[in-house]
Amino acid sequence: MSSNVTLPVAKEFEPRIVAFFCNWCTYTAGDLAGAARLAYAPNMRVIRLMCSGRVDPEFVLAALRQGADGVLIGGCHPGDCHYREGNYKCLRRFQLLCKFLRQMGVEEQRVRLEWIAASEGDKVQKIANEMTAQLKLLGPLRLQITPRVNGRPRAAECPPAPTKGVAP
Amino acid sequence: MSKPKVGFYWCASCGGCEESVVDLAEAILDVTAAVDFVFFPVAMDFKRSDVEAMADGAMAACMINGAIRSSEQRAMAKLLRRKAQILIAYGACSHQGGIPGLANLFDRQSILQTVYRDTPSTVNPGDIRPEASTRIPHGEVELPVLDEQVKSLDQVVPVDYYIPGCAPPVQLLKDALAAILTGRLPPKGSVLAPDKALCEQCPRAPSKPDNLLIDQFKRPHLERIDPEKCLLAQGFLCLGPATRGGCGWACINANMPCTGCLGPVSRTRDYGGAAMSALASLVNSNDEAQIAAMLETIVDPAGTFYRYGLPASLLFARAGANADKGGHEP
Repeated sequence: MSSNVTLPVAKEFEPRIVAFFCNWCTYTAGDLAGAARLAYAPNMRVIRLMCSGRVDPEFVLAALRQGADGVLIGGCHPGDCHYREGNYKCLRRFQLLCKFLRQMGVEEQRVRLEWIAASEGDKVQKIANEMTAQLKLLGPLRLQITPRVNGRPRAAECPPAPTKGVAP
Repeated sequence: MSKPKVGFYWCASCGGCEESVVDLAEAILDVTAAVDFVFFPVAMDFKRSDVEAMADGAMAACMINGAIRSSEQRAMAKLLRRKAQILIAYGACSHQGGIPGLANLFDRQSILQTVYRDTPSTVNPGDIRPEASTRIPHGEVELPVLDEQVKSLDQVVPVDYYIPGCAPPVQLLKDALAAILTGRLPPKGSVLAPDKALCEQCPRAPSKPDNLLIDQFKRPHLERIDPEKCLLAQGFLCLGPATRGGCGWACINANMPCTGCLGPVSRTRDYGGAAMSALASLVNSNDEAQIAAMLETIVDPAGTFYRYGLPASLLFARAGANADKGGHEP
């Protein structure tokens, strides 16, 4: 047998993180991290919203359903919301959603809310790295998905969750 | 000309849906004048073999109530789907998974252990569990197998229409029967009920403040409830803002908050998510610890916001170790 056969290398689990960032603080901080060339784990996909108050619990559930292993919500620090109260609304919804997620066996580290100001590019880097490391330890989120057999699939059911454990 | 044939079957349900047919009262005479019931195990003596003997599509319509959680129910759902031109998921369990769907917070093994071993009223020294087949002196007997999870009807067979509610309001049943008989049916996949939130035309709406905030969540069995004022404004967890209307405000008129049995309106992807969003944003505090303390009084979010629809929700069931065998049919 030839000695130069390459054995398949077990791929490390690469978690997928969906991040909902508010336009005014956290997304700007993400931009700043880029401009400052602060490298962070490539596992995070950022979705820009106008305000963290726009983050409906349904968005988080839909992300988890469609294959995210974790969800990060980023908003302005308390008192700094561009729309005055949006981040507080986000905080209230987040707390209730977390209670529900615990009941559903979704670990605490998978869904996070962080206040990140426009100047805190380093915090984006830190949180992205930290969360990626934590999710690697936790492994993939194992949901039990049962789609409807017919009819219009609900928006979040389509497409079905892709296979877990592949590199992003 | 023979009358259209109609079937009515139950799966994992309580019998309340059959009660709603009885609630038609005198109007049931009009129904039996217009259609022939050819399968209705609760009320009439027809057997499964009678259904099997029918030609495919022989029934104009069949309504199935109850969630699907056993091999027998799955087989019956598939059989009735073949025999019926229009298959209707009748009631909250069939539509969304219903109250039996809360079993999806647990796995099958722990449910069987609770029921056959752990409850204080259980006396089962031999730890006997239901078996798919058992030998007895007279031969082999079989029992349906309990599934790993509870499903809504449309997670097992294609469903044409839904009649929501726990149990469905009589008016929705009347309207649906009229629509079937006249052929004036909406596009397939529709829920046969108004597509507006219960709150919108609530008789208590005038007492709902423009800027509604809640200082303390109250539980209806512990407080005196004002029979006129908006229940949310009083601090009760009323799910009217997230729930489809069409029930005639039955609970509201009985001075009880809405618990969400008609499920979501068509724009909603996840009923409980929408309900949590609506309710949590009313918490009158910006302080993290204070918000947490207020939410403490919502002791069971899954049972509160997904009472009638955990299987139809985006997460479907508790995540975890059993995920890989989850949802698959044997």
